Parts: sequence; structure tokens; C-alpha cells
Amino acid sequence: MAHPHDVPTSAQLLESVRQWLERDVMPAVDARLQFHGRVAMNLLAMVEREIEIGPAQANEHDKRLKILGCADDYELAQRIKSGEMDDRLEEVKALVYASVVDKLLVANPKYLEK
Amino acid sequence: MKTNALVDALARDLSRVLGVSEISNLRRLTGGASRETWRFDADDSSFVLQRVRPGTVGGLKQEPSVLVMAARHGVPVPELVFDGSASDELTEPFMIVRAVEGETIARKIQRDDAFGLARQNFCRDAGAALAKLHSIDVQEVIGLENEDQVVRYREVLDFLQQPHPTFELVFKWLVANQPESCRRSIVHGDFRLGNLMIGPKGIEAVLDWELAHLGDPMEDLGWLCVKAWRFGGTQPVAGLGSYEDLFSAYEQHSGIKVDADIVRWWQVLGTLKWGIICISQASSHLSGVMRSHELAAIGRRVCENEYDLFQLLEGEW
Repeated sequence: MAHPHDVPTSAQLLESVRQWLERDVMPAVDARLQFHGRVAMNLLAMVEREIEIGPAQANEHDKRLKILGCADDYELAQRIKSGEMDDRLEEVKALVYASVVDKLLVANPKYLEK
Repeated sequence: MKTNALVDALARDLSRVLGVSEISNLRRLTGGASRETWRFDADDSSFVLQRVRPGTVGGLKQEPSVLVMAARHGVPVPELVFDGSASDELTEPFMIVRAVEGETIARKIQRDDAFGLARQNFCRDAGAALAKLHSIDVQEVIGLENEDQVVRYREVLDFLQQPHPTFELVFKWLVANQPESCRRSIVHGDFRLGNLMIGPKGIEAVLDWELAHLGDPMEDLGWLCVKAWRFGGTQPVAGLGSYEDLFSAYEQHSGIKVDADIVRWWQVLGTLKWGIICISQASSHLSGVMRSHELAAIGRRVCENEYDLFQLLEGEW
């Protein structure tokens, strides 16, 4: 979708902050702050990934929900809980698994290698 | 009051409580959400103070009595020096234990050369400690919570109001496959690296008894095998050992045969439970109870537990 913003893109802005943390901040702080710094860097990298692949993932998620006849994850969770999905659990599991993989591709892609 | 004045005042209160002339090296250690933890020296010994954070419901609960009972049955625990669970001398309920030396940080225990022998002995020690704990007559400690864990975490997830289709699928499996609980024991409730003081030879003390409750003893074994508590290690038990080694140590000390399927059921519940706790930690940040990017980050780790659950149940559900 078109937007009026100049470069750097939002992902590039986040990347620049993350690299500053890594290059200048981390070596200058104590172990406790380094731990919190690493958490912060991971979060920035996560949002960078979400900006990049999030829109395509949203499309895929929409398709999955349509197959299951649900508007969103709230409705899906509710209908699994109530038993309405009991006759198609195999299909539900396969589609829910695909969305878990998508979540990990943003949150922590390395986790999928284990 | 400034921090220093607060520390000085606490030191004075402690010397009065313990009847000693001087408290030295009083310093704050990291604590959990409901407790503050302090360490100090007095009379050439080191002690740990645990004090309930102001506003925490339920006080210290049964923790001091559980510690005493566990010690009496040979479970390695810190020695209780002062039970302040019903005292107002430090404003909030507290207890003082003798400090146990060692390491609690999982990464160090898993990697440092100093813990090679401790790693070898881990399953043996963990199996023995849990067997002794679970052999205690449940009548010996009064007032421990006695709740169905599936019902409890169902309520927590409903309360949090975040949609997790994976967890709904797993709840279905848990309910359909719930094992007949044949024993009821005192369960530690959070037996894992991080809550165990590890010395060069193995487990020196089991810490953090605040989640102790009555339940199926296999809950403790299953929890110890949850993937999050392997801290990246490949072995199933705390990243350090095999199911077989843990079960055989437990069987040797308890005389009770371990049913691996029941432990697995508890491992599934444990993985789900940790996922729900992750949601709850992120919501502490979102609701403003405790603003922290670390807690916020935990919200995006819930999907790791969902993935673990799919791996655990693959081909079986």
C-alpha cells in the first residue's frame, strides 16, 4: 500500500537503533543491563521481521480462518472450546499449527530449527 | 526514606528479631513477583530473608511449615531459622533461612566445568529429593491448596481473555486423557533449575516452596521435563539427563514404579501452564502492574509453548 514517508523505512529505523545498541551500548554496560539490552535488541529484530513478513502472514491467516468459518482467533478458540469443531479437529489442528509456525517466524525463527 | 535509611532500618529490625548485636552485608537479591529476597551476615553465618511484598494476598502461606517437614524427611532444603509468617516485626510476613552456597543460574550449571559432576548426579539427586518429598504424609502440613490443576489453569486462561486455539485443543486432550490419580502428595510445584541450589556435587537445596500444594506427585516429574526448563539443553530432564535416569532414581527411593505416560500427561499440562503464565506475565506489563520490556517480550514467547505442545502430542492426538 502506498504511503507518504521518506526513507529510512520503519524497519530500517528499527535496525539502526538495534545496531546502535549492539555496537555502542552493550559493550559499555554491566551484565544486568546487557541482559536487558539483549532482550531489547531481540524485540527490535522481532518487529523488523513482523514489518517484513507480517502483511503476507495476515493474508494467510485470513484464508485459514475463512476455511474454518471463523472471523478471528477469539471465535476459533471459543468454537474449539464449545465442541463445535469436534467433527473436524484434524483440519483445525493442521491450520492452527500453520499459524503457530507463522508466529514463530516473527517471534523466534531459530526455535523452528530445534 | 532513602534506600540507605531503609536498609539500615531493616538491619536494626533483623538484629532485634534474631537477638544478635550486628547485621552486616545486608543486600537485596533478585526476587519473585510476590517476594523480596535479602541476604546478610550475622554471627559469622550467612542468612537469607524472604519477605512478602506489600499488597500480596495470602502472605507466606504454608512455606515455613513445608520447609521444616521437608527437612525432617531428608529433602535437602535451607534450614529455617525464624518463622515470621505470623509476625509484624518486619511489617510484612517473612522467614529467615540459613544461606546455602552454590549456583542457581541454569546457563552456568549446564555449561561451567565446575558443575560437571553435579550434572552427572542431577537425575539421581532430583529423583531422590522428589521421592522423599512425595513420601510425606499429606496430613503433616495443614492448609495446603488442593486444586485440580486443569480446572485451575482453565480459569486463569479464561480470566486473561487472550485467544489461543492451540491451548483450547490441548485442554480437550488433557480432559479426555486425564490419568486416574492414585496418590496424593505434597507437590513442590516449581521444581526446576533456577529453584535448585546446585553445588559441585549436585543438588544442595531445593528452594522456592511458595507454590507447594497437594496433588499427584507425578506433577513434579512432568514439570521438570517441560522444554522451557531445559534452557536450550537437548536432554529431557532439565537439559541434563534422561527420563530413564530420573525415573529409576525416583523408583529406587520411593519404591513406586513411575508410569511414563502419566509423567507425559503432566509434562503436557506443564507446557500449557507455562504458556498461560507467559500470557499472564505479559499482561502485567500491558495492564501497568509492572511496566517492563522483559515482561512484554514474554508475551511473544507463548507461541514457543504452543509449538512444544504440537511436538509433544504429534501422532498421539
